[in-house]
Amino acid sequence: MSVKVIIPTPLRVFADKRESTEVAAKTVGEALGQLTNEFGDLRKHLFTEDGKLRSFVNVYVNDEDIRYLSKENTPTKDGDTVSIVPSIAGGIC
Amino acid sequence: MSTKVQTPAPQPPAASQAKATSLSNEEILRYSRHLIMPEVGMDGQLKLKNAKVLLIGTGGLGAPLGLYLAAAGVGRLGLVDFDVVDFTNLQRQVTFGSGDVGKPKTAAAQARLSNLNPDIHIETFETKLTSDNALDLFKDFDIIVDGTDNFPTRYLVNDACILLGKPNVYGSIFRFEGQATVFGMPTGPCYRCLYPEPPPPGLVPSCAEGGVLGVLPGIVGSIQAMETIKLILGAGDSLAGRLLLFDALAMKFRELKLRKNPSCPMCGEHRTINKLIDYYEFCGVRGEEAPGPDVQVPEITPRELKTRLDRGDDLYILDVREPHEYQISNISGHLIPLGELPRRVHELDSSREIVAHCRSGKRSAEAVDFLRQAGFRKILNLKGGILAWSDEVDPTVAKY
Repeated sequence: MSVKVIIPTPLRVFADKRESTEVAAKTVGEALGQLTNEFGDLRKHLFTEDGKLRSFVNVYVNDEDIRYLSKENTPTKDGDTVSIVPSIAGGIC
Repeated sequence: MSTKVQTPAPQPPAASQAKATSLSNEEILRYSRHLIMPEVGMDGQLKLKNAKVLLIGTGGLGAPLGLYLAAAGVGRLGLVDFDVVDFTNLQRQVTFGSGDVGKPKTAAAQARLSNLNPDIHIETFETKLTSDNALDLFKDFDIIVDGTDNFPTRYLVNDACILLGKPNVYGSIFRFEGQATVFGMPTGPCYRCLYPEPPPPGLVPSCAEGGVLGVLPGIVGSIQAMETIKLILGAGDSLAGRLLLFDALAMKFRELKLRKNPSCPMCGEHRTINKLIDYYEFCGVRGEEAPGPDVQVPEITPRELKTRLDRGDDLYILDVREPHEYQISNISGHLIPLGELPRRVHELDSSREIVAHCRSGKRSAEAVDFLRQAGFRKILNLKGGILAWSDEVDPTVAKY
Protein backbone atom coordinates (compact mmCIF):
# COMPACT_ATOMS: atom_id res chain seq x y z
CA MET A 1 0.00 0.00 0.00
CA SER A 2 1.56 3.28 -1.08
CA VAL A 3 1.35 5.70 1.78
CA LYS A 4 2.56 9.30 1.99
CA VAL A 5 4.37 10.21 5.19
CA ILE A 6 4.49 13.92 5.95
CA ILE A 7 7.63 15.05 7.76
CA PRO A 8 7.11 18.09 9.99
CA THR A 9 9.41 21.08 9.79
CA PRO A 10 11.40 20.47 12.98
CA LEU A 11 12.35 17.00 11.75
CA ARG A 12 13.13 17.82 8.11
CA VAL A 13 16.73 18.58 9.00
CA PHE A 14 17.12 14.87 9.80
CA ALA A 15 15.42 13.78 6.58
CA ASP A 16 17.54 15.47 3.92
CA LYS A 17 15.16 18.47 4.13
CA ARG A 18 12.35 16.41 2.58
CA GLU A 19 8.81 17.42 3.46
CA SER A 20 7.30 14.02 2.69
CA THR A 21 8.13 10.59 1.41
CA GLU A 22 6.20 7.71 -0.12
CA VAL A 23 6.50 4.32 1.52
CA ALA A 24 4.95 0.92 0.98
CA ALA A 25 3.27 -0.05 4.24
CA LYS A 26 0.24 -1.90 5.54
CA THR A 27 0.30 -0.33 8.99
CA VAL A 28 1.45 2.88 10.62
CA GLY A 29 4.23 0.98 12.34
CA GLU A 30 5.50 -0.27 8.99
CA ALA A 31 5.31 3.22 7.52
CA LEU A 32 7.35 4.70 10.34
CA GLY A 33 9.80 1.82 10.14
CA GLN A 34 10.30 2.48 6.42
CA LEU A 35 10.75 6.16 7.15
CA THR A 36 13.44 5.57 9.75
CA ASN A 37 15.13 3.04 7.47
CA GLU A 38 15.34 5.72 4.81
CA PHE A 39 16.39 8.45 7.27
CA GLY A 40 18.24 6.86 10.15
CA ASP A 41 18.78 10.12 12.03
CA LEU A 42 15.03 10.39 12.50
CA ARG A 43 14.85 7.31 14.64
CA LYS A 44 15.97 8.84 17.93
CA HIS A 45 13.68 11.81 17.46
CA LEU A 46 10.65 9.62 16.90
CA PHE A 47 11.35 6.65 19.12
CA THR A 48 12.76 6.05 22.57
CA GLU A 49 15.60 3.62 23.04
CA ASP A 50 13.17 0.76 23.62
CA GLY A 51 11.36 1.46 20.38
CA LYS A 52 8.31 3.31 21.73
CA LEU A 53 6.93 6.35 19.94
CA ARG A 54 7.95 9.47 21.84
CA SER A 55 5.13 11.05 23.81
CA PHE A 56 5.58 14.54 22.35
CA VAL A 57 5.14 13.20 18.84
CA ASN A 58 1.66 12.44 17.59
CA VAL A 59 0.92 10.40 14.51
CA TYR A 60 -2.21 10.65 12.42
CA VAL A 61 -3.59 8.54 9.61
CA ASN A 62 -5.40 11.06 7.45
CA ASP A 63 -7.04 13.16 10.16
CA GLU A 64 -7.32 10.60 12.96
CA ASP A 65 -4.90 10.28 15.87
CA ILE A 66 -3.56 6.71 15.97
CA ARG A 67 -3.86 6.68 19.76
CA TYR A 68 -7.61 6.43 19.22
CA LEU A 69 -7.30 3.85 16.46
CA SER A 70 -4.96 0.90 16.82
CA LYS A 71 -1.80 2.84 17.54
CA GLU A 72 1.08 1.49 15.47
CA ASN A 73 -1.06 -1.39 14.26
CA THR A 74 -3.49 1.02 12.60
CA PRO A 75 -3.87 -0.25 9.04
CA THR A 76 -2.99 2.00 6.15
CA LYS A 77 -4.34 1.76 2.63
CA ASP A 78 -3.31 3.15 -0.75
CA GLY A 79 -3.37 6.92 -0.83
CA ASP A 80 -3.48 7.36 2.95
CA THR A 81 -1.44 10.12 4.52
CA VAL A 82 0.50 9.52 7.71
CA SER A 83 1.28 12.81 9.47
CA ILE A 84 3.86 13.24 12.18
CA VAL A 85 2.94 16.17 14.41
CA PRO A 86 5.49 17.08 17.08
CA SER A 87 4.82 19.73 19.70
CA ILE A 88 6.19 23.16 18.86
CA ALA A 89 6.25 26.10 21.21
CA GLY A 90 7.37 29.22 19.30
CA GLY A 91 5.19 32.26 19.76
CA ILE A 92 6.82 35.24 21.36
CA CYS A 93 10.28 34.57 20.03
CA MET B 1 -4.57 52.90 32.11
CA SER B 2 -1.59 50.67 32.65
CA THR B 3 -0.56 48.90 35.78
CA LYS B 4 2.93 47.60 36.30
CA VAL B 5 2.71 44.72 38.73
CA GLN B 6 4.89 41.94 39.96
CA THR B 7 1.98 40.26 41.74
CA PRO B 8 -1.54 39.22 40.76
CA ALA B 9 -3.77 41.70 38.92
CA PRO B 10 -5.47 44.42 40.93
CA GLN B 11 -9.25 44.65 40.66
CA PRO B 12 -10.25 47.05 37.90
CA PRO B 13 -12.23 50.15 38.89
CA ALA B 14 -15.87 49.37 39.61
CA ALA B 15 -17.14 51.40 36.65
CA SER B 16 -15.48 49.19 34.10
CA GLN B 17 -16.79 46.03 35.72
CA ALA B 18 -20.43 47.00 35.02
CA LYS B 19 -21.74 45.42 31.82
CA ALA B 20 -22.10 47.83 28.91
CA THR B 21 -25.61 47.87 27.51
CA SER B 22 -25.27 50.40 24.74
CA LEU B 23 -22.87 51.85 22.23
CA SER B 24 -22.16 55.54 21.81
CA ASN B 25 -22.67 57.14 18.40
CA GLU B 26 -18.92 57.26 18.04
CA GLU B 27 -18.61 53.53 18.74
CA ILE B 28 -21.43 52.83 16.27
CA LEU B 29 -19.49 54.70 13.62
CA ARG B 30 -16.16 53.06 14.53
CA TYR B 31 -17.62 49.56 14.35
CA SER B 32 -20.07 50.17 11.53
CA ARG B 33 -18.56 47.44 9.37
CA HIS B 34 -19.25 44.96 12.17
CA LEU B 35 -22.71 46.29 12.88
CA ILE B 36 -23.99 45.96 9.34
CA MET B 37 -23.26 42.23 9.41
CA PRO B 38 -26.14 40.19 10.85
CA GLU B 39 -23.58 37.79 12.35
CA VAL B 40 -22.40 40.64 14.61
CA GLY B 41 -24.94 43.43 14.85
CA MET B 42 -25.46 45.55 17.97
CA ASP B 43 -25.72 42.44 20.16
CA GLY B 44 -22.44 41.07 18.92
CA GLN B 45 -20.60 44.35 19.28
CA LEU B 46 -21.87 44.65 22.84
CA LYS B 47 -20.58 41.14 23.53
CA LEU B 48 -17.18 42.27 22.27
CA LYS B 49 -17.36 45.40 24.40
CA ASN B 50 -18.09 43.32 27.50
CA ALA B 51 -15.50 40.67 26.75
CA LYS B 52 -12.34 40.34 28.82
CA VAL B 53 -9.43 38.71 27.04
CA LEU B 54 -5.97 38.07 28.46
CA LEU B 55 -3.04 37.76 26.06
CA ILE B 56 -0.13 35.75 27.39
CA GLY B 57 2.82 37.08 25.42
CA THR B 58 3.02 40.26 23.37
CA GLY B 59 5.51 39.12 20.75
CA GLY B 60 5.13 37.49 17.37
CA LEU B 61 1.69 36.04 18.01
CA GLY B 62 0.70 38.74 20.50
CA ALA B 63 1.20 41.49 17.90
CA PRO B 64 -1.63 40.64 15.49
CA LEU B 65 -3.69 39.40 18.44
CA GLY B 66 -3.51 42.70 20.25
CA LEU B 67 -4.04 44.74 17.11
CA TYR B 68 -7.10 42.86 15.85
CA LEU B 69 -8.75 42.39 19.23
CA ALA B 70 -8.30 46.09 19.98
CA ALA B 71 -9.59 47.01 16.54
CA ALA B 72 -12.61 44.75 17.05
CA GLY B 73 -13.52 46.54 20.26
CA VAL B 74 -12.80 43.87 22.87
CA GLY B 75 -13.64 45.94 25.93
CA ARG B 76 -10.92 44.71 28.22
CA LEU B 77 -7.54 43.45 27.06
CA GLY B 78 -4.87 42.21 29.43
CA LEU B 79 -1.28 41.95 28.22
CA VAL B 80 1.19 39.71 30.06
CA ASP B 81 4.88 39.88 29.16
CA PHE B 82 8.01 40.48 31.23
CA ASP B 83 10.32 41.12 28.29
CA VAL B 84 11.68 44.29 26.68
CA VAL B 85 11.62 45.07 22.98
CA ASP B 86 14.75 43.80 21.25
CA PHE B 87 16.03 44.99 17.88
CA THR B 88 15.67 41.45 16.49
CA ASN B 89 11.96 41.47 17.41
CA LEU B 90 11.13 44.10 14.78
CA GLN B 91 11.31 41.53 12.00
CA ARG B 92 7.92 40.17 13.17
CA GLN B 93 6.51 41.88 16.26
CA VAL B 94 4.62 44.53 14.38
CA THR B 95 3.09 46.34 17.32
CA PHE B 96 6.53 47.81 18.02
CA GLY B 97 8.53 50.48 16.26
CA SER B 98 12.24 51.21 16.13
CA GLY B 99 11.82 53.80 18.88
CA ASP B 100 10.49 51.11 21.24
CA VAL B 101 13.73 49.12 21.43
CA GLY B 102 14.63 48.72 25.09
CA LYS B 103 11.14 49.52 26.37
CA PRO B 104 9.00 46.97 28.20
CA LYS B 105 6.88 45.17 25.63
CA THR B 106 3.65 45.61 27.59
CA ALA B 107 4.09 49.39 27.73
CA ALA B 108 4.99 49.66 24.06
CA ALA B 109 2.08 47.41 23.03
CA GLN B 110 -0.32 49.32 25.25
CA ALA B 111 0.68 52.62 23.64
CA ARG B 112 0.16 51.23 20.15
CA LEU B 113 -3.16 49.55 20.93
CA SER B 114 -4.51 52.59 22.79
CA ASN B 115 -3.70 54.69 19.78
CA LEU B 116 -5.62 52.28 17.57
CA ASN B 117 -8.58 52.16 19.93
CA PRO B 118 -8.67 54.61 22.86
CA ASP B 119 -12.09 53.36 23.96
CA ILE B 120 -10.99 49.99 25.29
CA HIS B 121 -9.49 49.26 28.68
CA ILE B 122 -5.96 47.84 28.45
CA GLU B 123 -4.21 46.40 31.48
CA THR B 124 -0.56 45.49 31.43
CA PHE B 125 1.14 42.90 33.59
CA GLU B 126 4.87 43.29 33.21
CA THR B 127 5.53 40.08 35.03
CA LYS B 128 6.56 36.53 34.43
CA LEU B 129 3.64 34.14 34.45
CA THR B 130 4.22 31.60 37.21
CA SER B 131 2.35 28.92 39.13
CA ASP B 132 2.04 31.47 41.94
CA ASN B 133 0.26 34.20 39.97
CA ALA B 134 -1.47 32.48 37.06
CA LEU B 135 -4.76 31.61 38.72
CA ASP B 136 -5.18 35.10 40.16
CA LEU B 137 -4.23 36.74 36.87
CA PHE B 138 -6.61 34.59 34.83
CA LYS B 139 -9.66 34.60 37.02
CA ASP B 140 -10.99 38.01 36.00
CA PHE B 141 -10.80 37.30 32.28
CA ASP B 142 -13.17 35.29 30.07
CA ILE B 143 -10.76 33.98 27.47
CA ILE B 144 -7.04 33.34 27.65
CA VAL B 145 -4.94 33.47 24.49
CA ASP B 146 -1.64 31.62 24.51
CA GLY B 147 1.07 33.38 22.54
CA THR B 148 4.04 32.15 24.56
CA ASP B 149 7.26 30.64 23.29
CA ASN B 150 8.20 27.84 25.65
CA PHE B 151 6.81 24.54 26.80
CA PRO B 152 6.70 25.13 30.56
CA THR B 153 4.48 28.20 30.09
CA ARG B 154 2.23 26.42 27.62
CA TYR B 155 1.54 23.66 30.12
CA LEU B 156 1.05 26.27 32.85
CA VAL B 157 -1.45 28.24 30.75
CA ASN B 158 -3.28 25.04 29.88
CA ASP B 159 -3.56 23.79 33.43
CA ALA B 160 -4.63 27.18 34.83
CA CYS B 161 -7.34 27.44 32.18
CA ILE B 162 -8.66 23.95 32.89
CA LEU B 163 -8.67 24.54 36.64
CA LEU B 164 -10.60 27.79 36.14
CA GLY B 165 -12.81 26.56 33.29
CA LYS B 166 -11.60 29.15 30.77
CA PRO B 167 -11.07 28.63 27.03
CA ASN B 168 -7.45 28.71 25.89
CA VAL B 169 -6.99 29.93 22.32
CA TYR B 170 -3.76 28.22 21.32
CA GLY B 171 -1.33 29.05 18.55
CA SER B 172 2.25 28.03 18.04
CA ILE B 173 4.82 28.44 15.32
CA PHE B 174 8.14 27.11 14.17
CA ARG B 175 10.04 28.48 11.17
CA PHE B 176 7.32 28.40 8.55
CA GLU B 177 4.82 26.02 10.16
CA GLY B 178 2.03 26.84 12.58
CA GLN B 179 -0.61 25.16 14.70
CA ALA B 180 -3.84 26.58 16.07
CA THR B 181 -6.75 25.26 18.07
CA VAL B 182 -8.97 26.08 21.02
CA PHE B 183 -8.41 24.13 24.22
CA GLY B 184 -10.39 24.20 27.41
CA MET B 185 -13.93 24.07 26.08
CA PRO B 186 -16.19 22.02 28.38
CA THR B 187 -16.35 18.88 26.22
CA GLY B 188 -13.16 19.53 24.30
CA PRO B 189 -9.55 18.46 24.74
CA CYS B 190 -6.79 20.30 26.54
CA TYR B 191 -3.12 20.70 25.65
CA ARG B 192 -2.22 17.63 27.69
CA CYS B 193 -4.69 15.54 25.64
CA LEU B 194 -2.66 16.43 22.58
CA TYR B 195 0.79 16.31 24.15
CA PRO B 196 0.88 14.51 27.51
CA GLU B 197 4.57 15.26 27.86
CA PRO B 198 6.91 17.94 26.58
CA PRO B 199 10.02 17.17 24.55
CA PRO B 200 13.20 17.05 26.62
CA PRO B 201 15.11 20.33 26.41
CA GLY B 202 17.42 20.60 23.46
CA LEU B 203 15.48 18.23 21.23
CA VAL B 204 13.43 20.95 19.51
CA PRO B 205 15.24 24.21 18.66
CA SER B 206 13.90 27.57 19.81
CA CYS B 207 13.16 30.38 17.36
CA ALA B 208 16.53 31.95 18.06
CA GLU B 209 18.15 28.80 16.78
CA GLY B 210 15.56 27.73 14.22
CA GLY B 211 14.53 31.12 12.92
CA VAL B 212 11.02 32.08 11.89
CA LEU B 213 9.47 33.72 8.83
CA GLY B 214 8.32 37.04 10.30
CA VAL B 215 4.91 37.00 8.74
CA LEU B 216 4.12 33.50 10.04
CA PRO B 217 3.09 34.58 13.55
CA GLY B 218 1.13 37.33 11.81
CA ILE B 219 -1.00 34.69 10.14
CA VAL B 220 -1.30 32.30 13.09
CA GLY B 221 -1.91 35.15 15.56
CA SER B 222 -4.62 36.51 13.30
CA ILE B 223 -6.23 33.07 13.27
CA GLN B 224 -6.13 33.12 17.07
CA ALA B 225 -7.74 36.59 17.06
CA MET B 226 -10.44 35.29 14.73
CA GLU B 227 -11.13 32.29 16.99
CA THR B 228 -11.29 34.57 20.04
CA ILE B 229 -13.81 36.84 18.36
CA LYS B 230 -15.90 33.86 17.24
CA LEU B 231 -15.97 32.55 20.81
CA ILE B 232 -17.12 35.93 22.09
CA LEU B 233 -19.81 36.25 19.42
CA GLY B 234 -20.83 32.60 19.54
CA ALA B 235 -20.48 32.57 15.76
CA GLY B 236 -19.23 29.99 13.29
CA ASP B 237 -17.45 26.73 14.11
CA SER B 238 -14.65 27.02 16.62
CA LEU B 239 -11.37 25.18 16.18
CA ALA B 240 -12.11 23.31 19.42
CA GLY B 241 -11.57 19.62 18.68
CA ARG B 242 -9.57 20.40 15.53
CA LEU B 243 -5.88 21.03 15.12
CA LEU B 244 -5.25 23.42 12.27
CA LEU B 245 -1.84 22.90 10.70
CA PHE B 246 -0.42 25.56 8.46
CA ASP B 247 2.57 25.13 6.12
CA ALA B 248 3.46 28.59 4.86
CA LEU B 249 5.95 27.48 2.23
CA ALA B 250 3.49 25.05 0.65
CA MET B 251 0.65 27.47 1.49
CA LYS B 252 -1.41 24.56 2.71
CA PHE B 253 -3.81 24.27 5.58
CA ARG B 254 -4.61 20.85 6.99
CA GLU B 255 -6.86 19.80 9.78
CA LEU B 256 -6.51 16.93 12.21
CA LYS B 257 -9.11 15.70 14.69
CA LEU B 258 -8.29 16.49 18.29
CA ARG B 259 -9.98 14.24 20.79
CA LYS B 260 -10.40 14.67 24.50
CA ASN B 261 -8.34 11.98 26.15
CA PRO B 262 -10.61 10.19 28.65
CA SER B 263 -7.61 9.43 30.84
CA CYS B 264 -6.11 12.92 30.64
CA PRO B 265 -4.78 13.74 34.13
CA MET B 266 -6.03 17.30 33.77
CA CYS B 267 -9.37 17.28 31.93
CA GLY B 268 -10.20 13.59 31.74
CA GLU B 269 -12.74 11.59 33.68
CA HIS B 270 -10.48 11.24 36.72
CA ARG B 271 -8.45 14.38 37.26
CA THR B 272 -5.24 13.72 39.12
CA ILE B 273 -3.74 17.20 38.80
CA ASN B 274 -5.61 19.61 41.04
CA LYS B 275 -3.15 22.42 41.30
CA LEU B 276 -0.44 24.12 39.34
CA ILE B 277 2.90 22.34 39.46
CA ASP B 278 6.53 23.20 38.88
CA TYR B 279 6.42 23.34 35.08
CA TYR B 280 10.15 23.83 34.65
CA GLU B 281 10.72 20.59 36.50
CA PHE B 282 8.01 18.93 34.42
CA CYS B 283 9.79 20.04 31.27
CA GLY B 284 13.20 19.11 32.58
CA VAL B 285 14.57 22.67 32.75
CA ARG B 286 14.65 23.12 36.51
CA GLY B 287 15.69 26.54 37.68
CA GLU B 288 16.14 28.09 34.24
CA GLU B 289 13.92 30.26 32.08
CA ALA B 290 15.18 28.78 28.88
CA PRO B 291 17.12 25.58 28.31
CA GLY B 292 20.77 26.26 29.03
CA PRO B 293 23.57 24.17 27.59
CA ASP B 294 22.60 20.56 28.06
CA VAL B 295 26.13 19.34 28.52
CA GLN B 296 29.05 20.49 30.60
CA VAL B 297 32.20 20.58 28.49
CA PRO B 298 35.64 22.20 28.76
CA GLU B 299 35.45 25.82 27.65
CA ILE B 300 37.58 28.69 26.48
CA THR B 301 36.44 32.30 26.58
CA PRO B 302 36.79 34.53 23.50
CA ARG B 303 39.47 36.63 25.23
CA GLU B 304 41.46 33.52 26.15
CA LEU B 305 41.18 32.28 22.58
CA LYS B 306 42.34 35.61 21.18
CA THR B 307 45.33 35.63 23.53
CA ARG B 308 46.34 32.14 22.47
CA LEU B 309 45.93 32.87 18.77
CA ASP B 310 47.99 36.06 19.07
CA ARG B 311 50.66 34.04 20.82
CA GLY B 312 50.89 31.77 17.80
CA ASP B 313 49.34 28.67 19.37
CA ASP B 314 48.39 26.04 16.82
CA LEU B 315 44.62 25.91 17.28
CA TYR B 316 42.11 24.44 14.86
CA ILE B 317 38.90 26.45 14.83
CA LEU B 318 35.89 24.27 14.11
CA ASP B 319 32.68 26.09 13.17
CA VAL B 320 29.62 23.83 13.60
CA ARG B 321 27.02 26.26 12.24
CA GLU B 322 25.15 26.04 8.94
CA PRO B 323 26.58 27.36 5.64
CA HIS B 324 24.12 30.25 5.47
CA GLU B 325 25.26 31.37 8.95
CA TYR B 326 28.89 31.24 7.85
CA GLN B 327 27.96 33.70 5.12
CA ILE B 328 26.49 36.13 7.65
CA SER B 329 29.67 36.30 9.69
CA ASN B 330 32.52 34.01 10.62
CA ILE B 331 35.92 33.91 12.29
CA SER B 332 37.51 31.87 9.51
CA GLY B 333 36.75 28.58 11.20
CA HIS B 334 36.63 25.29 9.37
CA LEU B 335 32.93 24.64 8.73
CA ILE B 336 31.39 21.28 9.55
CA PRO B 337 27.70 21.72 10.43
CA LEU B 338 26.74 19.92 13.64
CA GLY B 339 24.40 17.53 11.84
CA GLU B 340 27.23 16.44 9.53
CA LEU B 341 29.83 15.96 12.25
CA PRO B 342 29.26 12.23 12.78
CA ARG B 343 29.82 11.58 9.08
CA ARG B 344 32.76 13.95 8.73
CA VAL B 345 34.62 13.37 11.97
CA HIS B 346 37.49 11.78 9.99
CA GLU B 347 38.28 15.27 8.63
CA LEU B 348 39.44 16.26 12.11
CA ASP B 349 42.88 15.55 13.48
CA SER B 350 42.59 14.47 17.10
CA SER B 351 46.26 15.26 17.71
CA ARG B 352 45.57 18.96 17.19
CA GLU B 353 43.93 21.20 19.73
CA ILE B 354 40.45 22.05 18.48
CA VAL B 355 38.21 24.92 19.53
CA ALA B 356 34.58 24.42 18.47
CA HIS B 357 32.19 27.33 18.11
CA CYS B 358 28.69 28.11 16.94
CA ARG B 359 26.50 31.17 17.33
CA SER B 360 25.94 31.16 21.07
CA GLY B 361 27.87 28.18 22.39
CA LYS B 362 25.05 25.67 22.66
CA ARG B 363 25.50 23.63 19.49
CA SER B 364 29.26 23.69 19.84
CA ALA B 365 28.89 22.29 23.37
CA GLU B 366 27.06 19.33 21.83
CA ALA B 367 29.83 19.01 19.24
CA VAL B 368 32.51 18.98 21.93
CA ASP B 369 30.56 16.40 23.91
CA PHE B 370 30.19 14.22 20.81
CA LEU B 371 33.89 14.49 19.94
CA ARG B 372 34.98 13.71 23.49
CA GLN B 373 32.87 10.58 23.38
CA ALA B 374 34.53 9.78 20.07
CA GLY B 375 37.90 9.92 21.83
CA PHE B 376 39.04 13.48 21.17
CA ARG B 377 40.94 14.79 24.18
CA LYS B 378 42.15 18.23 23.05
CA ILE B 379 38.84 19.92 22.39
CA LEU B 380 37.32 23.09 23.86
CA ASN B 381 34.01 24.89 23.47
CA LEU B 382 34.10 28.63 22.72
CA LYS B 383 31.94 30.01 25.51
CA GLY B 384 29.20 32.29 24.20
CA GLY B 385 30.04 31.50 20.58
CA ILE B 386 30.50 34.05 17.85
CA LEU B 387 28.14 36.43 19.66
CA ALA B 388 30.51 36.61 22.61
CA TRP B 389 33.49 36.90 20.23
CA SER B 390 31.84 39.93 18.69
CA ASP B 391 31.07 41.46 22.09
CA GLU B 392 34.44 40.82 23.71
CA VAL B 393 37.06 40.62 21.01
CA ASP B 394 36.05 41.89 17.58
CA PRO B 395 32.92 44.04 17.18
CA THR B 396 33.35 44.07 13.40
CA VAL B 397 32.08 40.48 13.42
CA ALA B 398 28.35 40.84 12.81
CA LYS B 399 25.96 39.52 15.42
CA TYR B 400 22.69 37.99 14.30
